[in-house]
Amino acid sequence: MGYSSKSPWLIHYDGSSCNGCDIEVLDSMMPLYDIERFGIINTGNPKHADIFLVTGSVNHQNINVVKEIYDQMLEPKVVVACGICACTGGVFRDCYNVIGGVDKAIPVDVYAPGCAVRPETIIDAVLKAVDILDEKAKKMKAEKGRG
Amino acid sequence: MARKTILPFGPQHPVLPEPVHLDLVVEDEHVIEAIPQIGFVHRGLEKLVETRDYNQFVYIAERVCGICSFGHGYGYASATEKLLGLEIPRRAQYLRAILEELSRIHSHLLWLGLLADAFGFESLFNHCWRLRETILDIFQRTCGARIILSIVIVGGMAHDIDDSELKAICEKLDTLKRDYREIVDTMMNDSSVKSRLCGVGYISFEDAMELSMVGPFAKASGIEHDMRTTGFDAYGDLDHFEPIISNECDCYGRCKVRCAEVYQSIDIIKELVAKIPHDGIGKKPGPKVLPPDGGQSHVLIEQPRGEAFYYVRGNGTKNIERFRMRTPTSQNLAGMVRALQGVEVADVPMIILTIDPCISCTER
Repeated sequence: MGYSSKSPWLIHYDGSSCNGCDIEVLDSMMPLYDIERFGIINTGNPKHADIFLVTGSVNHQNINVVKEIYDQMLEPKVVVACGICACTGGVFRDCYNVIGGVDKAIPVDVYAPGCAVRPETIIDAVLKAVDILDEKAKKMKAEKGRG
Repeated sequence: MARKTILPFGPQHPVLPEPVHLDLVVEDEHVIEAIPQIGFVHRGLEKLVETRDYNQFVYIAERVCGICSFGHGYGYASATEKLLGLEIPRRAQYLRAILEELSRIHSHLLWLGLLADAFGFESLFNHCWRLRETILDIFQRTCGARIILSIVIVGGMAHDIDDSELKAICEKLDTLKRDYREIVDTMMNDSSVKSRLCGVGYISFEDAMELSMVGPFAKASGIEHDMRTTGFDAYGDLDHFEPIISNECDCYGRCKVRCAEVYQSIDIIKELVAKIPHDGIGKKPGPKVLPPDGGQSHVLIEQPRGEAFYYVRGNGTKNIERFRMRTPTSQNLAGMVRALQGVEVADVPMIILTIDPCISCTER
């Protein structure tokens, strides 16, 4: 991770995950792994968030919720798919109610595989997301300058 | 006269790690009625049993829920073993019971942290999850994973946990117990915690019976209902087992029951480790062993959240025809809706958390 110009806030939503990845996402914010040392804070409000962590695949009931949260977030924003279910559907990809990975609903920037995803992977993915966030912010600024 | 309004709660909400939607019909600050809407986590994995080998499905059963994942694998494997008529060695049964109790400790610590977070006790949240890491370390050492253990197979255990490792587990639990006592004593005697929990979300003994509630939620309303008293598998060898009950019937009572269950689980693990026999861990049944056509079986086990039911039916092929489970939270949701009637909006997160909902178990 290079230099980041801001402290990114993150929001977490459980698609149709089995909870395993959710508790690992929460765990990565707890004293042992402590993602907050990078200036990251977990928020419940999509309008405050820069990074969107999604766990679990999308299904017919929650696809609109995932899209809604994504739409409410302000630009620039980065989406991290946490866990193999969020990446591709995982072991549940054959289930009748599972549409597939989160990329079927919203654009995903970082894929963090694992079942359940390990906190180290989440930290890695979030730091990668911070870099992408910076890039997106720079690009937006450049476009604004041109316009 | 106040006007009735509908306050949506969830599916994305800061106190909810899992998605469930409640329409709270409120009049001023009082909840008149709570209308739940579920299905956000429904995957339909019970149907996958038709396309998977019965040995493979144990890994899917474990992924019903990440918190009580060991228990689901255990329940499915036990039901299938009963269907196939397999006898599994005592050591494997003991190891399963030990891991089930470890899962209970980790689940209760996780829950206590989330509850603390719901009423704004952030430091307690962090301390509980710090303690929980001890259990996850044990899982990592003995099973090679933190959440989804994949150590249960149909016919026994995938690998053994040797005696020196079991002894090390007991030592770690001693340290955990000391730290845990410090946290729990502070929390349960704290006046601000009491003022948020005492008398909130009252469910009487009669209501609990009527709504057929299970687990710590029922035990806190005075119902002595615990599947471990039936002595399934290794639990039958315990010298003495009595479910922990409380007659307070409110959020504080539920908290007390779960806090005491952690001590009880530690004692059970120590007793089982002291008594563990050495007769092997069993092995996967051969390819010729198939579930009988039309044969069916069920088992009941005690999960961290209460009684869980597993049913399997065979059709003479390597696939199981029907797998059905009933999880504790689906029993307790009716009780939660009842407990939410008439409370203040500020108490809603606490009541939802004290039933310890596990939505992904409920919806599968």
